[in-house]
Amino acid sequence: MTENAPANDVMVKAEGVHKYFGRLHILRGIDLEVRSGQVMCVIGPSGSGKSTFLRCINHLEKIDAGRLWVDGHLVGYRQRGDKLHEMHEKEVAAQRRDIGMVFQRFNLFPHMTALQNIMEAPVRVKGEPRQVVRERALGLLDQVGLSEKVDSYPSQLSGGQQQRVAIARALAMEPKLMLFDEPTSALDPELVGDVLDVMRRLAEDGMTMVVVTHEMGFAREVGDSLVFMDGGVVVEEGDPREVLTEPQHERTQNFLSKVL
Amino acid sequence: MTEIDSTGSARPESIKAVPVRHPGRWVSGAVILVLAAMFVHMLFTNKNLDWTTFQKFFFDGGILKGLVATLELTVIAMAIGIVGGIILALMRLSANPLMSSAAWLYIWFFRGTPVLVQLIFWFNIKSLMGDISLGIPFGPTFITWDVNSLVTTFIAAILGLGLNEAAYMSEIVRAGILSVDEGQTEASQALGMRRLQIMRRIVLPQAMRVIIPPTGNETISMLKTTSLASTVAFTELLKAGEDIFNANYKTIPLLIVVSVWYIIVTSILSVGQYYLERHFGRGSARELPPTPLQRLRRNLTTFHAKPPAVQEGSA
Repeated sequence: MTENAPANDVMVKAEGVHKYFGRLHILRGIDLEVRSGQVMCVIGPSGSGKSTFLRCINHLEKIDAGRLWVDGHLVGYRQRGDKLHEMHEKEVAAQRRDIGMVFQRFNLFPHMTALQNIMEAPVRVKGEPRQVVRERALGLLDQVGLSEKVDSYPSQLSGGQQQRVAIARALAMEPKLMLFDEPTSALDPELVGDVLDVMRRLAEDGMTMVVVTHEMGFAREVGDSLVFMDGGVVVEEGDPREVLTEPQHERTQNFLSKVL
Repeated sequence: MTEIDSTGSARPESIKAVPVRHPGRWVSGAVILVLAAMFVHMLFTNKNLDWTTFQKFFFDGGILKGLVATLELTVIAMAIGIVGGIILALMRLSANPLMSSAAWLYIWFFRGTPVLVQLIFWFNIKSLMGDISLGIPFGPTFITWDVNSLVTTFIAAILGLGLNEAAYMSEIVRAGILSVDEGQTEASQALGMRRLQIMRRIVLPQAMRVIIPPTGNETISMLKTTSLASTVAFTELLKAGEDIFNANYKTIPLLIVVSVWYIIVTSILSVGQYYLERHFGRGSARELPPTPLQRLRRNLTTFHAKPPAVQEGSA
Protein backbone atom coordinates (compact mmCIF):
# COMPACT_ATOMS: atom_id res chain seq x y z
CA MET A 1 0.00 0.00 0.00
CA THR A 2 1.39 3.38 -0.95
CA GLU A 3 1.82 6.17 1.51
CA ASN A 4 -1.35 8.23 1.63
CA ALA A 5 -0.63 10.29 4.72
CA PRO A 6 -3.43 12.79 5.16
CA ALA A 7 -3.20 16.53 4.66
CA ASN A 8 -2.29 18.78 7.54
CA ASP A 9 -5.74 19.85 8.62
CA VAL A 10 -7.15 16.31 8.67
CA MET A 11 -7.49 15.02 12.23
CA VAL A 12 -8.81 11.54 11.49
CA LYS A 13 -8.42 9.66 8.28
CA ALA A 14 -9.61 6.13 7.67
CA GLU A 15 -8.76 4.25 4.50
CA GLY A 16 -10.25 0.85 3.76
CA VAL A 17 -10.54 -0.08 7.44
CA HIS A 18 -11.64 -3.64 8.10
CA LYS A 19 -12.29 -5.35 11.41
CA TYR A 20 -13.21 -8.93 12.22
CA PHE A 21 -14.46 -10.36 15.50
CA GLY A 22 -13.58 -13.98 14.93
CA ARG A 23 -15.50 -14.80 11.75
CA LEU A 24 -17.78 -11.81 12.06
CA HIS A 25 -16.81 -9.17 9.54
CA ILE A 26 -17.83 -6.08 11.47
CA LEU A 27 -16.16 -3.29 9.48
CA ARG A 28 -16.05 -3.79 5.71
CA GLY A 29 -13.86 -1.04 4.36
CA ILE A 30 -14.43 2.32 5.98
CA ASP A 31 -13.13 5.47 4.26
CA LEU A 32 -13.68 8.65 6.23
CA GLU A 33 -12.06 11.98 6.97
CA VAL A 34 -12.60 14.35 9.87
CA ARG A 35 -11.04 17.79 9.54
CA SER A 36 -9.66 19.67 12.51
CA GLY A 37 -12.34 21.56 14.38
CA GLN A 38 -15.12 19.57 12.76
CA VAL A 39 -17.84 17.56 14.45
CA MET A 40 -18.74 14.32 12.76
CA CYS A 41 -21.81 12.46 13.94
CA VAL A 42 -22.18 8.79 13.20
CA ILE A 43 -25.61 7.17 13.20
CA GLY A 44 -26.85 3.76 12.26
CA PRO A 45 -28.67 0.69 13.57
CA SER A 46 -27.08 -1.34 16.36
CA GLY A 47 -24.52 -3.80 15.08
CA SER A 48 -23.66 -1.54 12.17
CA GLY A 49 -20.09 -1.19 13.45
CA LYS A 50 -20.22 2.48 14.40
CA SER A 51 -19.02 1.96 17.97
CA THR A 52 -16.36 -0.47 16.79
CA PHE A 53 -15.08 2.10 14.31
CA LEU A 54 -14.91 4.69 17.08
CA ARG A 55 -12.94 2.29 19.28
CA CYS A 56 -10.51 1.65 16.43
CA ILE A 57 -9.65 5.34 16.34
CA ASN A 58 -7.89 5.13 19.72
CA HIS A 59 -6.75 1.54 19.21
CA LEU A 60 -9.06 0.00 21.80
CA GLU A 61 -9.72 -2.34 18.88
CA LYS A 62 -6.99 -3.37 16.45
CA ILE A 63 -7.88 -2.97 12.81
CA ASP A 64 -7.29 -5.98 10.56
CA ALA A 65 -6.83 -4.18 7.26
CA GLY A 66 -6.54 -0.65 5.94
CA ARG A 67 -4.95 2.41 7.45
CA LEU A 68 -6.07 4.78 10.16
CA TRP A 69 -4.36 8.10 10.94
CA VAL A 70 -4.94 10.50 13.79
CA ASP A 71 -3.28 13.89 13.45
CA GLY A 72 -1.07 12.55 10.69
CA HIS A 73 0.20 9.52 12.63
CA LEU A 74 -0.78 5.92 12.00
CA VAL A 75 -2.76 4.52 14.91
CA GLY A 76 -1.06 1.62 16.68
CA TYR A 77 1.59 1.08 14.00
CA ARG A 78 4.75 2.68 12.76
CA GLN A 79 5.79 2.67 9.14
CA ARG A 80 9.47 2.00 8.47
CA GLY A 81 10.16 1.82 4.76
CA ASP A 82 7.38 -0.33 3.38
CA LYS A 83 7.00 -2.37 6.56
CA LEU A 84 4.51 -1.81 9.36
CA HIS A 85 5.70 -2.33 12.94
CA GLU A 86 3.30 -2.88 15.77
CA MET A 87 3.64 -0.25 18.45
CA HIS A 88 4.70 -1.14 21.94
CA GLU A 89 2.04 -0.78 24.64
CA LYS A 90 3.90 2.27 25.92
CA GLU A 91 3.70 4.05 22.57
CA VAL A 92 0.03 3.18 22.12
CA ALA A 93 -0.64 4.67 25.56
CA ALA A 94 1.25 7.81 24.55
CA GLN A 95 -0.90 8.12 21.42
CA ARG A 96 -4.08 7.80 23.43
CA ARG A 97 -3.19 10.75 25.66
CA ASP A 98 -4.21 13.09 22.87
CA ILE A 99 -7.51 11.36 22.19
CA GLY A 100 -10.29 11.78 24.75
CA MET A 101 -13.05 9.21 24.93
CA VAL A 102 -16.46 9.29 26.56
CA PHE A 103 -18.30 6.02 27.03
CA GLN A 104 -21.95 5.10 26.99
CA ARG A 105 -21.72 3.77 30.54
CA PHE A 106 -19.53 6.63 31.85
CA ASN A 107 -16.90 4.27 33.34
CA LEU A 108 -15.93 6.69 36.08
CA PHE A 109 -13.61 5.25 38.71
CA PRO A 110 -16.03 4.48 41.56
CA HIS A 111 -13.38 4.56 44.30
CA MET A 112 -12.38 8.14 43.50
CA THR A 113 -14.22 11.42 43.94
CA ALA A 114 -15.19 13.51 40.92
CA LEU A 115 -12.08 15.64 41.38
CA GLN A 116 -9.80 12.62 41.80
CA ASN A 117 -11.29 11.04 38.69
CA ILE A 118 -10.35 14.12 36.68
CA MET A 119 -6.89 14.55 38.22
CA GLU A 120 -5.78 10.93 37.97
CA ALA A 121 -4.53 10.83 34.39
CA PRO A 122 -2.91 14.28 34.11
CA VAL A 123 -0.97 13.64 37.32
CA ARG A 124 -0.12 9.98 36.79
CA VAL A 125 0.25 9.84 33.02
CA LYS A 126 1.53 13.28 32.07
CA GLY A 127 3.27 13.87 35.39
CA GLU A 128 1.93 17.39 35.70
CA PRO A 129 2.17 19.08 39.13
CA ARG A 130 -0.85 18.39 41.34
CA GLN A 131 -1.61 22.03 42.03
CA VAL A 132 -1.77 22.94 38.33
CA VAL A 133 -3.97 19.95 37.55
CA ARG A 134 -6.21 20.71 40.51
CA GLU A 135 -6.87 24.22 39.28
CA ARG A 136 -7.64 22.96 35.79
CA ALA A 137 -9.88 20.17 37.13
CA LEU A 138 -11.86 22.62 39.25
CA GLY A 139 -12.23 24.86 36.21
CA LEU A 140 -13.48 21.93 34.12
CA LEU A 141 -15.98 20.88 36.78
CA ASP A 142 -17.25 24.44 36.80
CA GLN A 143 -17.44 24.37 33.01
CA VAL A 144 -19.68 21.29 33.06
CA GLY A 145 -21.78 22.83 35.82
CA LEU A 146 -20.70 20.57 38.67
CA SER A 147 -18.52 22.80 40.84
CA GLU A 148 -20.55 21.69 43.87
CA LYS A 149 -19.85 17.99 43.26
CA VAL A 150 -16.07 18.17 43.60
CA ASP A 151 -15.90 15.69 46.48
CA SER A 152 -18.79 13.46 45.44
CA TYR A 153 -18.23 9.84 44.55
CA PRO A 154 -19.75 8.64 41.25
CA SER A 155 -22.39 6.61 43.10
CA GLN A 156 -23.63 9.87 44.63
CA LEU A 157 -24.17 11.46 41.21
CA SER A 158 -26.98 11.08 38.70
CA GLY A 159 -26.23 9.54 35.30
CA GLY A 160 -26.13 12.93 33.63
CA GLN A 161 -23.77 14.31 36.26
CA GLN A 162 -21.53 11.25 35.95
CA GLN A 163 -21.34 11.67 32.20
CA ARG A 164 -20.40 15.33 32.58
CA VAL A 165 -17.63 14.37 35.00
CA ALA A 166 -16.50 11.79 32.44
CA ILE A 167 -16.32 14.50 29.79
CA ALA A 168 -14.33 16.73 32.16
CA ARG A 169 -12.02 13.78 32.89
CA ALA A 170 -11.29 13.34 29.19
CA LEU A 171 -10.81 17.09 28.67
CA ALA A 172 -8.32 17.30 31.54
CA MET A 173 -5.78 15.56 29.31
CA GLU A 174 -6.17 18.45 26.86
CA PRO A 175 -6.89 16.18 23.88
CA LYS A 176 -6.85 17.19 20.23
CA LEU A 177 -9.75 14.90 19.47
CA MET A 178 -12.76 13.75 21.45
CA LEU A 179 -14.61 10.50 20.79
CA PHE A 180 -18.14 10.06 22.11
CA ASP A 181 -19.63 6.56 22.15
CA GLU A 182 -23.40 7.03 22.52
CA PRO A 183 -22.85 9.40 25.44
CA THR A 184 -26.55 9.91 26.19
CA SER A 185 -27.95 6.44 25.49
CA ALA A 186 -27.78 5.29 29.13
CA LEU A 187 -29.40 8.45 30.48
CA ASP A 188 -32.93 9.21 31.60
CA PRO A 189 -34.53 11.49 29.01
CA GLU A 190 -34.60 14.55 31.25
CA LEU A 191 -30.83 14.31 31.86
CA VAL A 192 -29.84 14.14 28.21
CA GLY A 193 -30.08 17.91 27.66
CA ASP A 194 -27.37 18.86 30.16
CA VAL A 195 -24.86 16.49 28.58
CA LEU A 196 -25.68 17.65 25.06
CA ASP A 197 -25.28 21.27 26.18
CA VAL A 198 -21.76 20.56 27.38
CA MET A 199 -20.94 18.84 24.09
CA ARG A 200 -22.43 21.71 22.08
CA ARG A 201 -20.25 24.24 23.91
CA LEU A 202 -17.24 22.04 23.33
CA ALA A 203 -17.98 22.00 19.61
CA GLU A 204 -18.38 25.78 19.60
CA ASP A 205 -14.95 26.09 21.19
CA GLY A 206 -13.52 24.31 18.16
CA MET A 207 -12.90 20.80 19.50
CA THR A 208 -12.65 18.09 16.87
CA MET A 209 -15.27 15.50 17.74
CA VAL A 210 -16.52 12.15 16.47
CA VAL A 211 -19.88 11.41 18.03
CA VAL A 212 -21.72 8.11 17.74
CA THR A 213 -25.24 9.04 18.69
CA HIS A 214 -28.96 8.54 18.35
CA GLU A 215 -29.65 12.21 19.03
CA MET A 216 -30.73 13.43 15.58
CA GLY A 217 -31.42 16.92 16.92
CA PHE A 218 -27.84 17.21 18.13
CA ALA A 219 -26.52 15.88 14.83
CA ARG A 220 -28.57 18.40 12.91
CA GLU A 221 -27.62 21.43 15.01
CA VAL A 222 -24.01 20.73 15.96
CA GLY A 223 -22.69 18.28 13.38
CA ASP A 224 -20.59 19.48 10.46
CA SER A 225 -21.03 16.14 8.78
CA LEU A 226 -23.23 13.13 9.29
CA VAL A 227 -22.32 9.54 8.52
CA PHE A 228 -24.89 6.79 8.25
CA MET A 229 -23.39 3.33 8.75
CA ASP A 230 -25.07 -0.01 8.18
CA GLY A 231 -23.66 -3.50 7.89
CA GLY A 232 -20.08 -2.34 8.45
CA VAL A 233 -19.97 0.17 5.60
CA VAL A 234 -20.58 3.90 5.26
CA VAL A 235 -23.85 4.05 3.38
CA GLU A 236 -24.21 7.78 3.21
CA GLU A 237 -22.21 10.80 4.25
CA GLY A 238 -22.87 14.50 3.97
CA ASP A 239 -24.22 17.66 5.50
CA PRO A 240 -26.45 16.58 8.41
CA ARG A 241 -29.32 18.84 7.41
CA GLU A 242 -29.38 17.35 3.93
CA VAL A 243 -28.91 13.73 4.96
CA LEU A 244 -31.60 13.95 7.62
CA THR A 245 -34.17 15.68 5.43
CA GLU A 246 -33.40 14.15 2.04
CA PRO A 247 -31.57 10.85 2.48
CA GLN A 248 -30.38 9.49 -0.86
CA HIS A 249 -30.20 5.81 -0.03
CA GLU A 250 -33.08 3.51 0.69
CA ARG A 251 -31.40 2.05 3.80
CA THR A 252 -30.90 5.56 5.21
CA GLN A 253 -34.52 6.38 4.46
CA ASN A 254 -35.66 3.20 6.21
CA PHE A 255 -33.56 3.87 9.28
CA LEU A 256 -34.57 7.51 9.58
CA SER A 257 -38.24 6.72 9.15
CA LYS A 258 -37.96 4.50 12.22
CA VAL A 259 -36.07 6.86 14.48
CA LEU A 260 -37.38 10.29 13.54
CA MET B 1 -42.79 6.65 53.90
CA THR B 2 -45.73 8.61 55.23
CA GLU B 3 -44.48 8.07 58.76
CA ILE B 4 -41.93 10.91 58.70
CA ASP B 5 -44.22 13.20 56.80
CA SER B 6 -42.99 16.69 57.50
CA THR B 7 -45.41 18.47 55.23
CA GLY B 8 -47.88 18.71 58.11
CA SER B 9 -50.62 16.65 56.49
CA ALA B 10 -52.55 14.63 59.06
CA ARG B 11 -51.19 11.17 59.67
CA PRO B 12 -53.83 8.46 59.18
CA GLU B 13 -54.90 6.52 62.26
CA SER B 14 -52.76 3.41 62.78
CA ILE B 15 -54.36 -0.03 62.68
CA LYS B 16 -55.05 -1.50 66.10
CA ALA B 17 -55.26 -5.29 65.96
CA VAL B 18 -54.60 -8.22 68.28
CA PRO B 19 -51.08 -9.48 67.39
CA VAL B 20 -50.48 -13.13 66.41
CA ARG B 21 -49.33 -15.25 69.37
CA HIS B 22 -46.15 -17.34 69.09
CA PRO B 23 -46.23 -20.08 71.76
CA GLY B 24 -43.48 -22.02 69.94
CA ARG B 25 -41.05 -19.15 70.48
CA TRP B 26 -41.67 -19.20 74.22
CA VAL B 27 -41.04 -22.96 74.42
CA SER B 28 -37.85 -22.94 72.36
CA GLY B 29 -36.64 -19.89 74.26
CA ALA B 30 -37.14 -21.69 77.55
CA VAL B 31 -35.20 -24.74 76.32
CA ILE B 32 -32.28 -22.52 75.33
CA LEU B 33 -32.31 -20.78 78.70
CA VAL B 34 -32.24 -24.09 80.58
CA LEU B 35 -29.34 -25.39 78.48
CA ALA B 36 -27.43 -22.16 79.01
CA ALA B 37 -27.99 -22.36 82.76
CA MET B 38 -26.72 -25.94 82.81
CA PHE B 39 -23.61 -24.92 80.94
CA VAL B 40 -22.85 -22.01 83.27
CA HIS B 41 -23.45 -24.26 86.27
CA MET B 42 -20.97 -26.75 84.84
CA LEU B 43 -18.37 -23.98 84.33
CA PHE B 44 -18.52 -23.14 88.03
CA THR B 45 -18.87 -26.57 89.59
CA ASN B 46 -16.79 -28.91 87.43
CA LYS B 47 -13.57 -29.53 89.40
CA ASN B 48 -11.68 -30.64 86.28
CA LEU B 49 -11.87 -27.14 84.86
CA ASP B 50 -9.63 -25.93 87.65
CA TRP B 51 -9.92 -22.18 87.24
CA THR B 52 -7.03 -21.45 89.62
CA THR B 53 -4.64 -23.21 87.23
CA PHE B 54 -6.23 -21.27 84.39
CA GLN B 55 -5.51 -18.01 86.18
CA LYS B 56 -2.01 -19.07 87.09
CA PHE B 57 -1.00 -19.86 83.52
CA PHE B 58 -3.04 -17.33 81.56
CA PHE B 59 -0.24 -14.75 81.68
CA ASP B 60 2.53 -17.32 82.03
CA GLY B 61 5.76 -16.30 80.28
CA GLY B 62 5.88 -19.44 78.15
CA ILE B 63 2.30 -18.99 77.00
CA LEU B 64 2.88 -15.32 76.12
CA LYS B 65 6.02 -16.21 74.20
CA GLY B 66 4.02 -18.83 72.33
CA LEU B 67 1.33 -16.26 71.61
CA VAL B 68 3.88 -13.86 70.15
CA ALA B 69 5.33 -16.68 68.03
CA THR B 70 1.83 -17.52 66.78
CA LEU B 71 1.21 -13.89 65.85
CA GLU B 72 4.57 -13.63 64.07
CA LEU B 73 3.91 -16.80 62.17
CA THR B 74 0.42 -15.62 61.18
CA VAL B 75 1.59 -12.22 59.98
CA ILE B 76 4.59 -13.49 58.02
CA ALA B 77 2.78 -16.45 56.48
CA MET B 78 -0.15 -14.23 55.46
CA ALA B 79 2.25 -11.66 54.01
CA ILE B 80 3.87 -14.36 51.92
CA GLY B 81 0.43 -15.65 51.03
CA ILE B 82 -0.91 -12.27 49.92
CA VAL B 83 2.15 -11.17 47.94
CA GLY B 84 2.50 -14.63 46.43
CA GLY B 85 -1.22 -14.72 45.75
CA ILE B 86 -1.15 -11.44 43.85
CA ILE B 87 1.83 -12.59 41.80
CA LEU B 88 0.20 -15.94 41.04
CA ALA B 89 -3.10 -14.27 40.13
CA LEU B 90 -1.35 -11.90 37.72
CA MET B 91 0.55 -14.85 36.28
CA ARG B 92 -2.66 -16.77 35.74
CA LEU B 93 -4.22 -13.78 33.97
CA SER B 94 -1.06 -13.27 31.91
CA ALA B 95 -1.13 -13.59 28.13
CA ASN B 96 1.99 -15.74 28.29
CA PRO B 97 0.81 -19.38 28.28
CA LEU B 98 3.93 -20.57 30.16
CA MET B 99 3.23 -18.06 32.94
CA SER B 100 -0.39 -18.99 33.34
CA SER B 101 0.25 -22.74 33.25
CA ALA B 102 3.08 -22.41 35.78
CA ALA B 103 0.70 -20.60 38.12
CA TRP B 104 -2.00 -23.19 37.46
CA LEU B 105 0.46 -25.99 38.27
CA TYR B 106 1.53 -24.30 41.50
CA ILE B 107 -2.04 -23.87 42.65
CA TRP B 108 -2.91 -27.41 41.63
CA PHE B 109 -0.04 -28.82 43.67
CA PHE B 110 -0.36 -26.71 46.80
CA ARG B 111 -4.12 -27.03 47.01
CA GLY B 112 -3.92 -30.71 46.24
CA THR B 113 -1.82 -31.70 49.25
CA PRO B 114 -2.67 -31.19 52.94
CA VAL B 115 -0.89 -28.29 54.58
CA LEU B 116 0.23 -30.58 57.40
CA VAL B 117 2.02 -32.81 54.88
CA GLN B 118 3.66 -29.74 53.34
CA LEU B 119 4.81 -28.59 56.79
CA ILE B 120 6.43 -31.94 57.53
CA PHE B 121 7.96 -31.87 54.05
CA TRP B 122 9.65 -28.52 54.69
CA PHE B 123 10.78 -29.76 58.10
CA ASN B 124 12.53 -32.68 56.40
CA ILE B 125 13.79 -30.71 53.43
CA LYS B 126 17.38 -31.68 54.23
CA SER B 127 16.74 -35.22 53.08
CA LEU B 128 15.52 -33.92 49.73
CA MET B 129 17.85 -31.05 48.93
CA GLY B 130 21.08 -31.63 50.82
CA ASP B 131 22.65 -28.26 50.26
CA ILE B 132 21.50 -25.14 48.52
CA SER B 133 23.93 -23.30 46.30
CA LEU B 134 23.86 -20.13 44.29
CA GLY B 135 25.32 -20.12 40.81
CA ILE B 136 24.63 -20.43 37.11
CA PRO B 137 21.96 -23.04 36.31
CA PHE B 138 23.65 -26.33 35.36
CA GLY B 139 26.96 -24.44 35.64
CA PRO B 140 29.44 -23.47 38.36
CA THR B 141 28.24 -22.55 41.85
CA PHE B 142 29.46 -19.64 43.94
CA ILE B 143 28.04 -20.02 47.43
CA THR B 144 26.70 -23.08 49.19
CA TRP B 145 24.57 -23.28 52.32
CA ASP B 146 23.72 -26.17 54.53
CA VAL B 147 19.94 -26.53 54.32
CA ASN B 148 19.48 -27.40 57.97
CA SER B 149 21.07 -24.16 59.11
CA LEU B 150 18.98 -22.29 56.58
CA VAL B 151 15.60 -23.92 57.15
CA THR B 152 15.00 -23.69 60.89
CA THR B 153 11.71 -24.89 62.31
CA PHE B 154 10.48 -21.30 62.09
CA ILE B 155 11.43 -21.02 58.42
CA ALA B 156 9.93 -24.43 57.73
CA ALA B 157 6.68 -23.32 59.34
CA ILE B 158 6.65 -20.02 57.44
CA LEU B 159 7.35 -21.71 54.11
CA GLY B 160 4.83 -24.47 54.69
CA LEU B 161 2.03 -22.15 55.72
CA GLY B 162 2.88 -19.20 53.45
CA LEU B 163 3.37 -21.07 50.19
CA ASN B 164 0.19 -23.02 50.79
CA GLU B 165 -1.68 -19.83 51.55
CA ALA B 166 -0.43 -18.20 48.34
CA ALA B 167 -2.28 -20.84 46.33
CA TYR B 168 -5.57 -20.02 48.06
CA MET B 169 -5.00 -16.26 48.03
CA SER B 170 -4.29 -16.28 44.30
CA GLU B 171 -7.78 -17.58 43.60
CA ILE B 172 -9.26 -14.89 45.84
CA VAL B 173 -7.23 -12.16 44.16
CA ARG B 174 -8.08 -13.47 40.71
CA ALA B 175 -11.78 -13.46 41.51
CA GLY B 176 -11.42 -9.89 42.74
CA ILE B 177 -9.64 -8.72 39.60
CA LEU B 178 -12.20 -10.42 37.36
CA SER B 179 -15.03 -8.76 39.30
CA VAL B 180 -13.93 -5.30 38.15
CA ASP B 181 -15.86 -4.11 35.11
CA GLU B 182 -13.99 -4.24 31.80
CA GLY B 183 -15.07 -0.64 31.19
CA GLN B 184 -12.74 0.51 33.96
CA THR B 185 -9.73 -0.82 32.09
CA GLU B 186 -10.95 0.66 28.82
CA ALA B 187 -11.52 4.08 30.35
CA SER B 188 -8.02 3.99 31.86
CA GLN B 189 -6.49 2.90 28.56
CA ALA B 190 -8.33 5.68 26.76
CA LEU B 191 -6.71 8.13 29.19
CA GLY B 192 -3.30 6.83 28.20
CA MET B 193 -2.57 4.82 31.33
CA ARG B 194 -0.14 1.89 31.21
CA ARG B 195 -1.02 -1.68 32.09
CA LEU B 196 0.72 -1.74 35.48
CA GLN B 197 -0.65 1.68 36.36
CA ILE B 198 -4.17 0.52 35.55
CA MET B 199 -3.72 -2.56 37.70
CA ARG B 200 -2.31 -0.63 40.66
CA ARG B 201 -4.41 2.53 40.59
CA ILE B 202 -7.74 1.40 39.13
CA VAL B 203 -8.33 -2.34 39.15
CA LEU B 204 -6.75 -3.58 42.39
CA PRO B 205 -8.31 -0.89 44.63
CA GLN B 206 -11.72 -1.88 43.30
CA ALA B 207 -10.93 -5.57 43.48
CA MET B 208 -10.12 -5.05 47.18
CA ARG B 209 -13.81 -4.82 47.98
CA VAL B 210 -14.17 -8.40 46.79
CA ILE B 211 -10.77 -9.52 48.08
CA ILE B 212 -10.85 -8.21 51.67
CA PRO B 213 -13.68 -10.27 53.22
CA PRO B 214 -12.31 -13.70 52.21
CA THR B 215 -8.79 -12.51 53.07
CA GLY B 216 -10.02 -11.70 56.57
CA ASN B 217 -11.38 -15.21 56.78
CA GLU B 218 -8.07 -16.57 55.55
CA THR B 219 -6.17 -14.58 58.18
CA ILE B 220 -8.38 -15.83 60.97
CA SER B 221 -8.11 -19.33 59.61
CA MET B 222 -4.32 -18.93 59.35
CA LEU B 223 -4.10 -17.86 62.99
CA LYS B 224 -5.56 -21.21 63.96
CA THR B 225 -3.74 -23.23 61.30
CA THR B 226 -0.42 -22.09 62.78
CA SER B 227 -1.15 -24.57 65.57
CA LEU B 228 -0.15 -27.27 63.06
CA ALA B 229 3.41 -25.94 63.35
CA SER B 230 3.49 -27.52 66.83
CA THR B 231 3.88 -30.87 65.04
CA VAL B 232 7.19 -29.77 63.54
CA ALA B 233 8.51 -28.79 66.96
CA PHE B 234 7.96 -25.08 66.51
CA THR B 235 6.95 -23.49 69.81
CA GLU B 236 3.86 -21.45 69.11
CA LEU B 237 0.84 -21.00 71.37
CA LEU B 238 -0.43 -24.59 71.34
CA LYS B 239 3.04 -26.08 71.73
CA ALA B 240 3.71 -23.71 74.64
CA GLY B 241 0.55 -25.00 76.32
CA GLU B 242 1.48 -28.60 75.55
CA ASP B 243 4.94 -28.14 77.04
CA ILE B 244 3.34 -27.03 80.28
CA PHE B 245 0.66 -29.70 80.56
CA ASN B 246 3.13 -32.41 79.61
CA ALA B 247 4.94 -31.42 82.79
CA ASN B 248 2.04 -30.84 85.18
CA TYR B 249 -0.74 -32.97 83.57
CA LYS B 250 -3.28 -30.09 83.81
CA THR B 251 -4.34 -30.71 80.24
CA ILE B 252 -7.85 -29.20 80.22
CA PRO B 253 -7.07 -25.91 82.01
CA LEU B 254 -4.13 -25.24 79.71
CA LEU B 255 -6.13 -26.08 76.60
CA ILE B 256 -8.67 -23.53 77.83
CA VAL B 257 -5.91 -20.95 78.33
CA VAL B 258 -4.78 -21.55 74.76
CA SER B 259 -8.35 -21.45 73.40
CA VAL B 260 -9.18 -18.20 75.17
CA TRP B 261 -6.08 -16.56 73.69
CA TYR B 262 -7.07 -17.76 70.20
CA ILE B 263 -10.58 -16.37 70.67
CA ILE B 264 -9.27 -13.01 71.88
CA VAL B 265 -6.99 -12.60 68.88
CA THR B 266 -9.65 -13.80 66.42
CA SER B 267 -12.09 -11.25 67.83
CA ILE B 268 -9.58 -8.44 67.44
CA LEU B 269 -8.91 -9.55 63.85
CA SER B 270 -12.64 -9.55 63.08
CA VAL B 271 -12.91 -5.94 64.24
CA GLY B 272 -9.94 -5.02 62.08
CA GLN B 273 -11.57 -6.73 59.12
CA TYR B 274 -14.74 -4.68 59.62
CA TYR B 275 -12.83 -1.42 59.41
CA LEU B 276 -10.78 -2.56 56.42
CA GLU B 277 -13.94 -3.50 54.54
CA ARG B 278 -15.38 -0.13 55.40
CA HIS B 279 -12.30 1.62 54.07
CA PHE B 280 -12.33 -0.16 50.72
CA GLY B 281 -16.10 0.10 50.43
CA ARG B 282 -15.89 3.86 49.90
CA GLY B 283 -17.62 4.94 46.77
CA SER B 284 -19.62 1.74 46.46
CA ALA B 285 -22.44 2.74 48.79
CA ARG B 286 -23.98 6.21 48.95
CA GLU B 287 -23.11 6.43 52.61
CA LEU B 288 -20.73 4.26 54.58
CA PRO B 289 -22.32 2.21 57.33
CA PRO B 290 -21.59 3.73 60.75
CA THR B 291 -18.82 2.25 62.85
CA PRO B 292 -19.95 0.69 66.13
CA LEU B 293 -18.58 3.74 67.94
CA GLN B 294 -20.53 6.13 65.72
CA ARG B 295 -23.62 4.01 66.17
CA LEU B 296 -23.20 4.08 69.95
CA ARG B 297 -22.71 7.84 69.98
CA ARG B 298 -25.73 8.40 67.78
CA ASN B 299 -27.86 6.12 69.94
CA LEU B 300 -26.77 8.00 73.05
CA THR B 301 -27.33 11.47 71.65
CA THR B 302 -30.62 10.61 70.02
CA PHE B 303 -31.88 8.50 72.85
CA HIS B 304 -34.58 10.94 73.84
CA ALA B 305 -35.01 12.50 70.43
CA LYS B 306 -36.67 11.19 67.30
CA PRO B 307 -35.38 7.97 65.75
CA PRO B 308 -32.41 8.64 63.44
CA ALA B 309 -33.14 9.53 59.85
CA VAL B 310 -33.28 6.78 57.29
CA GLN B 311 -29.80 5.74 56.20
CA GLU B 312 -29.22 4.57 52.71
CA GLY B 313 -27.09 1.57 52.09
CA SER B 314 -26.53 0.79 55.75
CA ALA B 315 -28.30 -2.55 55.69
